[in-house]
Amino acid sequence: MATKTHDVETLVKKEYEHGFFTDIESDTVAPGLNEDVIAFISRKKNEPDWLLEWRLKAYRHWLEMEEPRWAHVHYPPIDFQDISYYSAPKTKQDGPKSLDEVDPKLLETYEKLGIPLHEQKLLAGVAVDAVFDSVSVATTFKEKLADAGVIFCSFSEAVQEHPELVRQYLGSVVPAADNFYAALNSAVFTDGSFCYIPKNTRCPMELSTYFRINASKTGQFERTLIVADEGSYVSYLEGCTAPMRDENQLHAAVVELVALDNASIKYSTVQNWYPGDEEGKGGIYNFVTKRGDCRGVNSRISWTQVETGSAITWKYPSCLLKGDNSVGEFYSVAVTNNYQQADTGTKMIHIGKNTRSTIISKGISAGHAENAYRGLVRITAKAENARNYTQCDSLLMGDKCGAHTFPYIEAKNASAQVEHEATTSKIGDDQLFYCMQRGISEEDAVNMIVNGFCKEVFKELPMEFAVEAQKLLGVTLEGAVG
Amino acid sequence: MLNIKNLHVTVDDKEILKGLDLTVNAGEVHAIMGPNGSGKSTLANVLAGREGYTITKGSIDYEGKDLSGMAPEVRAREGIFLAFQYPVEIPGVNNIYMLKAAVNAKREYIGEPPLDAVEFLNLVKEKVKLVKLKEELLNRSVNEGFSGGEKKRNEIFQMAVLEPRLAILDETDSGLDIDALKIVAEGVNSLRNRDRAIILVTHYQRLLNYIVPDQVHVLFDGRIIKSGHRELALKLEEKGYDWVKSEAAA
Ligand SMILES: Nc1ncnc2c1ncn2[C@@H]1O[C@H](COP(=O)(O)OP(=O)(O)O)[C@@H](O)[C@H]1O
Ligand SMILES: [Mg+2]
Repeated sequence: MATKTHDVETLVKKEYEHGFFTDIESDTVAPGLNEDVIAFISRKKNEPDWLLEWRLKAYRHWLEMEEPRWAHVHYPPIDFQDISYYSAPKTKQDGPKSLDEVDPKLLETYEKLGIPLHEQKLLAGVAVDAVFDSVSVATTFKEKLADAGVIFCSFSEAVQEHPELVRQYLGSVVPAADNFYAALNSAVFTDGSFCYIPKNTRCPMELSTYFRINASKTGQFERTLIVADEGSYVSYLEGCTAPMRDENQLHAAVVELVALDNASIKYSTVQNWYPGDEEGKGGIYNFVTKRGDCRGVNSRISWTQVETGSAITWKYPSCLLKGDNSVGEFYSVAVTNNYQQADTGTKMIHIGKNTRSTIISKGISAGHAENAYRGLVRITAKAENARNYTQCDSLLMGDKCGAHTFPYIEAKNASAQVEHEATTSKIGDDQLFYCMQRGISEEDAVNMIVNGFCKEVFKELPMEFAVEAQKLLGVTLEGAVG
Repeated sequence: MLNIKNLHVTVDDKEILKGLDLTVNAGEVHAIMGPNGSGKSTLANVLAGREGYTITKGSIDYEGKDLSGMAPEVRAREGIFLAFQYPVEIPGVNNIYMLKAAVNAKREYIGEPPLDAVEFLNLVKEKVKLVKLKEELLNRSVNEGFSGGEKKRNEIFQMAVLEPRLAILDETDSGLDIDALKIVAEGVNSLRNRDRAIILVTHYQRLLNYIVPDQVHVLFDGRIIKSGHRELALKLEEKGYDWVKSEAAA
């Protein structure tokens, strides 16, 4: 190890010779992953020693682990030594100079979603110097949050400003060695979001990463930690409904939620990364570990997700229902078109007494896409009177796509009540014709029917988000029928 | 308004309509009767432009336009309305939300501004009375959990809101009890006017006690084999289809 540490020092020193602050735009490490690179990242971020140790431990576990192959997805092997694990914020010269240089298809999508021009530039990564509304909005929001005692900042900032909180909760829900991608993330994560809601506080607004879009480009190994202290409530919106221009192919994020006694967390996601072209080329691989820990009594964690993007999605937002009377919910719409593949679902682990969970999963496949739902409901021996209700519906558009359902139920307590319902339907010609006979275009009819199918999930989304999610669904499925 | 000449239609390579002629003028109500499987719904579907029906011979002229190449949604916006024999359920899609989309699609097509929420609701309130549809059904999913009679009434309600030029009612009377039948008939009668033509596809002459047609046609084996007035329907009921068959053969 000694020589390696030395390497890092020389590396850092070398950087320093070049002028650490002035030349920041050029520091990107060469592709490859080893302990030096991890130490370099940690050093760059001015992290305390314990965090570096934590990262290294994760890395050593990761080396022993194998990439999971059980999911119903197919992709060529990923060369983890061919990825650069640290890259400073992109220079202005790197991005497109104007919207003229941006993929016209992307712009067309923005237009359909009704995104204002200046935000289009932002999303497409166009270098712009003007101050955006969203940035000033973010500042006002920050003040309001501070008044309520809510901490909402980037993960890096939290490590500097609130190290005791980060240390207490980091990895307490998703242990560093939890799974292959979580371990990788734990070793090399570069940034993300941190949120802490103090006792008996209702967060005064929906928290959204959207407002930080300009402040930090969080990159491919994102880390989110949300802690709701006793009696608090927070609603958190992840992502943004427009497809982001992104050069990173592999995304492996980790999200940890902690709800203490009587606390409630609502976490909503609209994921719309680049799915690849119609032939399935390019596109993001999205391997995410999301887990919520209902640690306290009467706590509640609710996941709502609308997944329309990425070439491959591998994602199972889960709830550990430890506190007595705690409640876990999972509402999901996963849409796959063309050659997209999605293997998503949830895990509800009932540990406390009188715990309840609800799973509503809506899978939509079109084109040649494959969509799998994988759900685990585990009732442990001590979980008296646990209840689960699972409803799992698939909608097929066309006959080249597939839907698969893999429900796993383990009940070790006889008082458990577990209900599972599953349906698969094809978008009906009858339904389409009915709408069209009333004068509605085929595209609008498909939209309407699909949105109807997803209604139970959309109603869980915050209002504006729901409206955008509907539009997004329309754009994703354009031309999928007929 | 509608001029069908020597229409031949195949479904899955099977000829169903075999040289059908029919002329309907504005302001008229035509009843089309015939035994099960004679091609009544096929005719209705062909007029509405449903996929899977191939016109192999003959023509359909509607308001001076050839219908054959026209997309179903365009036909609808041009004023053709089909009240379905079996209205389909669309889970999660709000009944009047769909109707509003339909109204505004048509308005856009004819160059009128869309109705806003208030204007549309006023229109709905006015029309819903015509068929005595329970208001709670308006905000349910399209036809979901509706009784058979409610589905049929919902069709006529949609017709009232969309104000078509040519309405085709495919067995709207089947499955209705006498009270529901009267309500539907009253609704249809209130929509009769000089500019609107209505084709009533029915099995039973009972409906014609309440909606008096200008002409009655007997459709048999893909052809109209006899046309007449109100009395023809009564005679049919009395003597059965065999009577027309033998008369046509003679
Ligand atoms: N989709 C279809 N495929 C094959 N045959 C069909 C189809 N639809 C209707 N038919 C046949 O066409 C004939 C006429 O049917 P239809 O128009 O529904 O009659 P009606 O409405 O007068 O009872 C029947 O013999 C029926 O079996
Ligand atoms: Mg029929």
